[in-house]
Amino acid sequence: MEFEAVIGLEVHAQLLTNTKIFCNCSTKFGNAPNENTCTVCLGLPGALPVLNKKVVDYAMMMALATECKIAPYSIFARKNYFYPDLPKGYQISQFELPIAEHGKVHIDLGDYKKTIGVTRIHMEEDAGKLVHDGVGSDPNSSYVDLNRACVPLIEIVSEPDMRTAQEAVAYLKKIRQVLVYLGVCDGNMDQGSLRCDANISIRPVGQVELGTRSEMKNMNSFKFIEKAIEYEIKRQIHVVKSGEEVVQETRQYDSHKDITLSLRSKEHAHDYRYFPDPDLVPLRIDDAWIEEMRSALCELPDAKVARFVEQYKIPEYDAEVLSSSRSLADYYEETVKHIDAPKAVSNWIMGDILRELKNDKLDINECPITPKMLADMIKLITDGTISSKIAKTVFEEMYTTKKAPKVIVEEKGLVQVTDTGAIEKMINEVIAANPGQLEQYRSGKDRLFGFFVGQVMKASRGKANPKIVNDILRDKLKG
Amino acid sequence: MSLYEKNLHELHDMLKKKEVSSEEITREYLNRIKQTDDKLNSFITVLDEPAIDQAKKADKIISSSDDFDPLTGIPLGIKDLISTAGVRTTCGSKILESYIPPYDASVIKKLKAKNAVIVGKLNMDEFAMGSSNETSYYGTVKNPWNLEHIPGGSSGGSAASVSARQCCVSLGSDTGGSIRQPAGCCGVVGMKPTYGRVSRFGLIAFASSLDQIGPFTKDVTDCAIMLNAICGHDPSDSTSAKRDVPDFTKALLNDVKGMKIGIPSEYFIDGIDSEVETAVNAAIEQYKKLGAEIVEVSLPHTKYAVSVYYIIATAEASSNLARYDGVKYGYRTEDAKDLSDMYFKTRTEGFGSEVKRRIMLGTYVLSSGYYDAYYLRAQKVRTLIMNDFRNAFEKCDVILTPTAPTAAFKLGEKTSDPLQMYLSDIFTISANLAGTCGVSIPCGFTSNGLPIGLQLMGKHFDESSIIKAAYAFEQSSDYHKTIPTIPNL
Repeated sequence: MEFEAVIGLEVHAQLLTNTKIFCNCSTKFGNAPNENTCTVCLGLPGALPVLNKKVVDYAMMMALATECKIAPYSIFARKNYFYPDLPKGYQISQFELPIAEHGKVHIDLGDYKKTIGVTRIHMEEDAGKLVHDGVGSDPNSSYVDLNRACVPLIEIVSEPDMRTAQEAVAYLKKIRQVLVYLGVCDGNMDQGSLRCDANISIRPVGQVELGTRSEMKNMNSFKFIEKAIEYEIKRQIHVVKSGEEVVQETRQYDSHKDITLSLRSKEHAHDYRYFPDPDLVPLRIDDAWIEEMRSALCELPDAKVARFVEQYKIPEYDAEVLSSSRSLADYYEETVKHIDAPKAVSNWIMGDILRELKNDKLDINECPITPKMLADMIKLITDGTISSKIAKTVFEEMYTTKKAPKVIVEEKGLVQVTDTGAIEKMINEVIAANPGQLEQYRSGKDRLFGFFVGQVMKASRGKANPKIVNDILRDKLKG
Repeated sequence: MSLYEKNLHELHDMLKKKEVSSEEITREYLNRIKQTDDKLNSFITVLDEPAIDQAKKADKIISSSDDFDPLTGIPLGIKDLISTAGVRTTCGSKILESYIPPYDASVIKKLKAKNAVIVGKLNMDEFAMGSSNETSYYGTVKNPWNLEHIPGGSSGGSAASVSARQCCVSLGSDTGGSIRQPAGCCGVVGMKPTYGRVSRFGLIAFASSLDQIGPFTKDVTDCAIMLNAICGHDPSDSTSAKRDVPDFTKALLNDVKGMKIGIPSEYFIDGIDSEVETAVNAAIEQYKKLGAEIVEVSLPHTKYAVSVYYIIATAEASSNLARYDGVKYGYRTEDAKDLSDMYFKTRTEGFGSEVKRRIMLGTYVLSSGYYDAYYLRAQKVRTLIMNDFRNAFEKCDVILTPTAPTAAFKLGEKTSDPLQMYLSDIFTISANLAGTCGVSIPCGFTSNGLPIGLQLMGKHFDESSIIKAAYAFEQSSDYHKTIPTIPNL
């Protein structure tokens, strides 16, 4: 029997607001423990939440970007459970009537494209964190840091539309890309700004009903997510094939052992006793607000790719790479503004620039070469001042010194030699120094033409114009 | 007449004329507390020195101005669930015995801005859960009219302290009658404003959708002055209403001619004490004499109010009280094996039995599988109760009922029967469910000399009408002038 996996993802994204969702505390990461706290986020008796409008703005932007329907009326609910990092004993979230529902996200797997449904997006507050292992004064105690408590999150819940780990990763990457594009989340998975839970089940191919699912908690890298899902699919298939049943449970991925482990079973699942939070009034969103947010949206990745293909006539692959982040796309467009050579610019960015940045772990915003510099360098190639080969040298020099390409070319004397007299002189010398090769060439060994070109270029230290070299050399070798 | 016997507006006039200082008034009240509180137990915390300091500060303002706020220099008491910066706020519970809030509730900020003098924090049923003040961890408050009787609850200390003239006015909170019922028991004026009128920021929550802060005063004039002081929108409370606040003293007109007073038949039921019924009927006759028009109205869903209330209030409470977990503040058990043991023991030891009963009830009604049958159903009935009031108020300006079915019962009489205890609030609960305003004013005494309360309920944000009606009745009666004699003083 053949099985297929059914995967749905719950993505938690921390929003980039300056203040928390229900109070005015800073959301700054890395402050001293409990520095970013107040009566409200400490859950002091009598303190009340007040919704941060910016959080709603950001949630709406993500909802619009994923083609969701925004609810004109939504409510906040309390999710009740005890844990020391949860100061009120409940988390304010949305349960029934979330802010947005029924969206979709388009993913590209290379060989095929697919649309993944977005069930819902809702807003909620984050919990604080516990610090163990003797960081405080008492080595046997755990400490509570509530800086993160009440930091705004949106949870984006997908339909169970994914069938492979690769689809899940593609979906998550797309969600991350859109969030970062919109500027509503930094997408940083290491710091937990983006977290992902996966619901995974398997069923025989052709069966419509869903199998029993397990929930994989808090995976924090694309690599681990892919591995965890792959492992979990294999595990479930193995369970079913051995005649047993998959049990509904929460599992956790152990990246060291590359396996998933049971965290808690359904019997021990929490009953969160959700109910509408009486401290917050229903959230009403009118069309004017939705339109305001729609007009605040930037161009989204899919639209940008389509435009790049149309406007710059570059291959879709190039457009996708260049649109992978807003800043990279901006860099590309800025460069193309200075020089009308869209494909050449694309090649330089996708090749040399991205390679260097990756080596140095830099973002495109930190690139030492500005779009103007890159454009100027490409101009030097197209107007014949330097050869493509010399350009590589200029590029490296530009990258390390941040000097303008013209300056580098002048300082290093890299201007292409186009003086036919000078080139002819070099060719004569090369031919005279290699009588054996000349003999062989003339007796039919055409391949040696390249040898002579190489010798001339070497003599010119790469600066001779290759076209002129070719023309003159061909004549001379004929004899 | 001693200073402590005077009303707020009388003391304000004396302060204005510089006949007396706030310090003198404050000392007199503090002295009164010292003399009487062994017997009454109204206060959990008395703030002798801070009160004197505040009074001196008020006196500076008074001496340099003729135009100061009516509350400037006036000694008042605060129910011990309203947060006061630097002053412990226990909520009547062991679990908050050592809790000192680092901030002032919004109402406290308002009072401090007016240089009112806070003389202490008032006793109450634990987490405002009770109708007799017998669930307080800090001991029962006694009714000043008869020390063997309850003062009502949950704001028992707030009612008794004003009744016994231990402070001039006080603040309480009303979730299902916790201001009006004890006001009725103690023969003072107690007002629950419309939900959203007074900021709840800093009020330690029992049931967030029902809780409302309100004043206890010796008369209706003081009540209007207090409302002026504490009402108004607060951006820190999302449920606070963005409504203009009228000058409530403008409603002190002594004129109810043509006013339509609705009498709901559902409130005159079997089980209502005959002396209470007689007194309330006499009040109705009095209103007729004063020129008001008495109309019959119907609040048909009243019979469900207590059930609905004990679902919604306990559901919210079970969540509101989850924060008392021993982690951050308040009581923590001394020996715990692990985290869950710490939770269990802290909450078992820290909460009293009534609080635990309600947490369990609330947890149950919100549980998966029961939510629809209880909580959701209760919310639907709550809407019907609101509609009842909307319909009734199309026929009348205010609704008149007894405040409670009986006068103050004896201490211990109902402690073993929670259901009987819950019925004490049968006439007051609906106003909380509907979010309307209501006031209890004294309207007579039983043959045992215990006060009887008359409740007037108004439309949303129409406190003015009930003040108007209450004031007219008060002007035609002497009940508010009678002061309890505390035996063996």
